[in-house]
Amino acid sequence: MSRRASGNGRVRTRTAPARERRKVLVTGAGGALGRRVIERLKECYDVVGVDFRWRKHVDPDVVHYEVDFEKRKFQDVFREHRFAGVIHLGRIGSTQLNRARRYNSNVIGTERLLQYSQQYGVRKVVILSSHYVYGADANNPALLDESTPMKAANLTNELVDSVELENLCNIYLYKHPELNITILRPCNIVGPGVQNNLSKILASRVAPCLIGFSPMMQFIHVDDLAEAVVLAYEKDQRGVYNVAPDDWIAYQDALELAGCHRLFLPSLPPALPRVLASLVNGVAGLPFPSYLVNYFKYPVIIDGRLFAERFGFRPRRTLQEIFDYYRGEKSRQAA
Amino acid sequence: MKFRHYLKQRFVPSDIAEAFDRMPVNVGELGYDPWGFNPDSAKLALTAIRFLYEKYFRVQAHGLEHIPQQGRLLVIANHSGQLPMDGVLIGYALATNPYGPRMARAMIERFFPTVPWIGNVLNQIGGIVGDPLNCVNLLKREEAVIVFPEGVRGSGKPYRLRYQLQRFGAGFMHLAMEQDTPIVPVGVVGCEETMPSLGSIDPLAKLLGIPYVPIAPLVPLPARVILNFGEPMRFAGPVESEEQVVENVEQVKDEIRRLIDKGLAERKGVFR
Repeated sequence: MSRRASGNGRVRTRTAPARERRKVLVTGAGGALGRRVIERLKECYDVVGVDFRWRKHVDPDVVHYEVDFEKRKFQDVFREHRFAGVIHLGRIGSTQLNRARRYNSNVIGTERLLQYSQQYGVRKVVILSSHYVYGADANNPALLDESTPMKAANLTNELVDSVELENLCNIYLYKHPELNITILRPCNIVGPGVQNNLSKILASRVAPCLIGFSPMMQFIHVDDLAEAVVLAYEKDQRGVYNVAPDDWIAYQDALELAGCHRLFLPSLPPALPRVLASLVNGVAGLPFPSYLVNYFKYPVIIDGRLFAERFGFRPRRTLQEIFDYYRGEKSRQAA
Repeated sequence: MKFRHYLKQRFVPSDIAEAFDRMPVNVGELGYDPWGFNPDSAKLALTAIRFLYEKYFRVQAHGLEHIPQQGRLLVIANHSGQLPMDGVLIGYALATNPYGPRMARAMIERFFPTVPWIGNVLNQIGGIVGDPLNCVNLLKREEAVIVFPEGVRGSGKPYRLRYQLQRFGAGFMHLAMEQDTPIVPVGVVGCEETMPSLGSIDPLAKLLGIPYVPIAPLVPLPARVILNFGEPMRFAGPVESEEQVVENVEQVKDEIRRLIDKGLAERKGVFR
């Protein structure tokens, strides 16, 4: 564990006098979402950021640790600071490490985080999950609500850790109501700095898609999701919530609007796309992992109304603005 | 997207485009709803269906004034003719209704989403996977939904059983009562004669993973189709007992039977 920055020079505001400032732990602090969440929180809270990896973009106003959640030293962070709340955004991505190590990091690591939160008197926990947990199934109805079974683990082994992580958080949600856990399941997160598969696809000049399949998709701008995370932290409404805007687009139309050239891959027989995705991913370096192929065939459209109503959330960036950003980036690079 | 736009500009007649301007359409900023419905694709589909509706099947639609111009609605009809031609023709009648056009949504079989192009195209023109959650959400969004409660029992039945209503599923009545939705019954006459079937080749159907393979003409015959829309029926909820649901289903079935008899009486001949 290493400490990267001191907490000197923190911003203080009129609305939150120094003695009332409470400490918040943010995991995944160096990521695109983490940085935006911290930016919004540091006005009113003392923020401690942790991340698995060393990140270039570390806020000088924030105490920052580089630590593995599954290591015992992680507990020292809780010992050193008396956290009022925890925002858990950090996760080893499904393309990083092997499945077993990812499981340890994401599931066992989160278990530690929840254990320490309980042990050290944390009163609010926000967990970032994903709409991937519902699984891409041909017969998915649209507007899946939060009580829809999480089928992802049954459909692809690579997403077992995502579903297990959620199950674990759900157990804590009901077993330890004092932690006030709020689990967020956002749709595809995109926007500047986001390094997930969908964002990389929209940013690339050539984007893979399957012939005859253009599933409906939802996208949320990373700034809007950061707002949602802060709302979830500040409003005491524990539970599981989908987070998605009230707008939808077919995948291939999204590619067209983002200025991508479509690379059509044969979709039949059903086993072929997985093999081709491995080739495209491994050889051509395009962000099209084989285990996610079904998400490019079948829709996973979630219903974000519950979160919108309970938290008064309304995304500010439209789909058009999101795609304009990616198109603009391509024009700038070309120029 | 660009290609669709080109086709729309080139082929969609002005009256179909105007009908869409008048009808309630609930889509997002980029022209899609959560199920993939896209008005531009629907306009193209209706343009293609126009020939079938007006020239091939020479459809006569009566009672279109009974269809509410907006708000949630279940359109319940008898099912026949091997292919879901009846759904297509009812959908066209609703979309071009002079009393107030509406885009109706129809349930599609669960294997369609796995078929390249077909699944997406059906979604774009209003088809949705037949799932109760889909139906509830569509009605909550004040859409009109076409349901054939006989399902494949009706569409796949042999010619000797023509105009004999098969068992009605009760799912639509639960929806109507729980979602406070009016039902417009429809009696379809003529589709039975478009594809008279001697029976189904069941082993082949099993092999292909589809409900039936009829022994029937390869293309639909040009029988005249008559659609009779009845007055809206309302059934108060919530559901107190299944017995009450079955009684209500029978009322709808009786009304559809009456509308079929009316259509048969109006018909001068199968192909005239």
